[in-house]
Amino acid sequence: MSLLNVSDLRLSFGGLLAIDGLTFSVEEAEIVSVIGPNGAGKTSAFNCVTGFYRPTSGRITLRGRDLPGLRPSAIAGLGIARTFQNLRLFGELSVLDNVRAGTHLWLRQNVFDALLHTPRYRRSERECTEQAHHWLDFVGLRGDRYGAARNLPYGEQRRTEIARALARRPDLLLLDEPAAGLNHGEKAEMLDLIRRIQGLGVAIVLIEHDMGLVMEVSERVVVLNFGKEIADGRPEDVRRDPAVIEAYLGSDAHA
Amino acid sequence: MTSAVKVRKVGTDKPPTRASKFLQNRWAGLAGLLIALLAPFVNASPYALSVMTSAAVFVMLAAGLNIVVGYCGLLDLGYVAFFAVGAYTSGVLATRFDLPLPVTVPFVIVVTVIAGIVIGAPTLRLRSDYLAIVTLGFGEIIRITANNLDVTGGPSGIYGIPHLTESPVVFYYLTVVVVSLAVVGAARLGRSRLGRAWRFVREDEDAAEAMGVNTYRVKLAAYIAGAVWGGLAGVLFAAHLSAISPTSFTFLQSALVLMAVVLGGMGSIPGVVVGAVVISLLPEILRDLADYRFFLFGVLLIVVMLLRPQGLWPARSREVS
Amino acid sequence: MTQLVWNGLFVGSFYALVALGYSMVYGIIKLLNFAHGDLYMLGAFAGFAILGAVGGVSASMALPVLLMVLVATMLLTGLAGVALERIAYRPLRGAPRLSLLITAVGASFALEYGMRAAAGADPRVYPVRLGGTSLEVLGARLTLQQLVLVGVAVALMVGLNTLITRTREGRAMRAIALDPRTSSLMGVDVNAVISRTFFLGSALAGAAGVMAGAYYGKIDFLMGFLIGLKAFTAAVIGGIGNIPGTMLGGLLLGLLESFGTFWLGGEWRDVFAFGVLILFLTVRPTGLLGERVTERV
Repeated sequence: MSLLNVSDLRLSFGGLLAIDGLTFSVEEAEIVSVIGPNGAGKTSAFNCVTGFYRPTSGRITLRGRDLPGLRPSAIAGLGIARTFQNLRLFGELSVLDNVRAGTHLWLRQNVFDALLHTPRYRRSERECTEQAHHWLDFVGLRGDRYGAARNLPYGEQRRTEIARALARRPDLLLLDEPAAGLNHGEKAEMLDLIRRIQGLGVAIVLIEHDMGLVMEVSERVVVLNFGKEIADGRPEDVRRDPAVIEAYLGSDAHA
Repeated sequence: MTSAVKVRKVGTDKPPTRASKFLQNRWAGLAGLLIALLAPFVNASPYALSVMTSAAVFVMLAAGLNIVVGYCGLLDLGYVAFFAVGAYTSGVLATRFDLPLPVTVPFVIVVTVIAGIVIGAPTLRLRSDYLAIVTLGFGEIIRITANNLDVTGGPSGIYGIPHLTESPVVFYYLTVVVVSLAVVGAARLGRSRLGRAWRFVREDEDAAEAMGVNTYRVKLAAYIAGAVWGGLAGVLFAAHLSAISPTSFTFLQSALVLMAVVLGGMGSIPGVVVGAVVISLLPEILRDLADYRFFLFGVLLIVVMLLRPQGLWPARSREVS
Repeated sequence: MTQLVWNGLFVGSFYALVALGYSMVYGIIKLLNFAHGDLYMLGAFAGFAILGAVGGVSASMALPVLLMVLVATMLLTGLAGVALERIAYRPLRGAPRLSLLITAVGASFALEYGMRAAAGADPRVYPVRLGGTSLEVLGARLTLQQLVLVGVAVALMVGLNTLITRTREGRAMRAIALDPRTSSLMGVDVNAVISRTFFLGSALAGAAGVMAGAYYGKIDFLMGFLIGLKAFTAAVIGGIGNIPGTMLGGLLLGLLESFGTFWLGGEWRDVFAFGVLILFLTVRPTGLLGERVTERV
């Protein structure tokens, strides 16, 4: 059984078909990229998988379990974490607190532990902080961890968001344009980070416009155009697919 | 991985030291408590004691509202409803069923939790600004209902609620103890897993959901916690005055509590406590300004939001520049 | 029965007038202008002051004078609304919604207690009072004055609707409601349009205030509080942001209250109204004519 199965997914806003029959699957610890021109329905597909949109039809299953209809938080509870295209950090909270959010589902403490400061509370708080530091180390954050997240430079905010998602300890991580707005050096680091995340046994679905990164890191590439899936295969095959070249790579092949 | 370890040693990022944390919370708290405990030695006239007791009850209300507004970012404009529910539940049980006041406390908790769920469950799914008006409507519903029912004594309310103790000084100290516990409790909730989830909801609901925070349940928890704090403050209020009537639970009261929270600093426990003390003692100090007081409060609310939205004593996570 | 319907429609037309301002402002900048009810109060007091300045009015001249006062008051409250937006709301347009709501509460307080400081806490008696000749229609007793007031309310609402659906100005308002950023890129002066929206909404509230003052005879500084809440309820019933829906909501709330009072007694009227509000928000938060809004991630 695949980790994630999306079959014949359709999503319409009013009359507009944003996704028109998307089918793909993700195996454990695999890296799959979803590419396509702007407005092709990539982020909408993410939103369907994570429960922010309810698909019009089609199935989405995680290890055989149906996802549509569940709250996003319930889907997160099943082992999916995500980042957002335009960074959704908790801006006023500290960097550390942001990453602590990822541990929310793991902490075992209740209201009475918190009110009475029981040993269980102390233990779980310590664990929570350690975890947060651990994942910030893992993504290689350089900036101030105790300051407000919004004060970090852009690239660091991207890392923080990934650390937050990792602290969730997901089986499947959805990255929405993680390299957007990063400079050359930062992109190389991002590539390295994605590989290291895979090394943890986490499967990754990547939306990305940077073709170099996509071709380098993906094991499989799914190509969308106007909500329709036009290719699904190994990067080297997709690159040579005439339909893809026509629809997406078209004029400037290595943008 | 190795590079990451190296990076941490460079460490411009010093954690807040134990001392600075201590200063922020514990010292400020202890100093406040000390002032509260010593106040009767300065002036122990019945009037002064009554004013100070009221101020302490008001602090508890502000601490409760702070959970809803400050931590979770939900605007509750009818907070006094829970205060009323607590006071009336306690008052009715004490006068009609002759229960001692402390015995009424479990009932008050149950009733306020139910009230919190009844009003929160349908409305917390909506946009936050709808919640503001619905809570306002709810506050009016409670007040008018108390005004119309026989069991609540109608417009004249309930009187003859037995005092907890005959000595106003003892009662004052008792109130201070209860309120201190309530403030500490609210602060501890704020620093827990649930408290962090409240802030995540306040900052970005979608991102919180994506991290596995069930935002609906977390908001309801904030609402219920606020309701319980308000209800217990209501018990103290009933015990203090021994008479309650619908006029004590108008929108004006809700607005005053909100002002205490906003002026002090939403989400900041020391700020909210100071804000509550200032708002409740101000009319005693500025008697002459009575006519302009609420007008000034209104203007102050606008000015604070425009110039210093974090309040006079902001919460730490917002303090970083 | 017809009496209840008539009473409901009469009160409902007041609610509708006030609710329109709420709804327009909400439609365009998604702000619950909490101080809106207080602009109604401001209108009542402005009308009171103008009438006082004009001096004694003979009974025969009451109606024309009142109409002139109405126009002057609408101008005044309209400008007050514009000033309110300019001072308290505009600087916070990008701020979290919570800050804006709190500011609105502050504005409401400042208006109420500012008026209390200026005019005193006791109710004032309107120098002109409409009353008198009544006629029977289908078994309902209604006065000429009630008819005139309803007529004025309907005229104002029809005028507003024409303005919004037929003119360039209305198009600009609707464009901003849909997408402020794009509208501004398309050359719509967003600030100016928002100002005018506040002007219109506040002017209508002011008109309702004068009419209420002239009809009920007594005004006080807190008179806007309850009607603000009711107007919001009316807007929610009809579909907040939707102009015809809001008018419908106002009338409907009036009717509901009228019948609710008949069945439950006057002391439960407000409880009944807020109960309806909560019920609507639970069952159909978009209101009768409101459209479903999908919020994008």
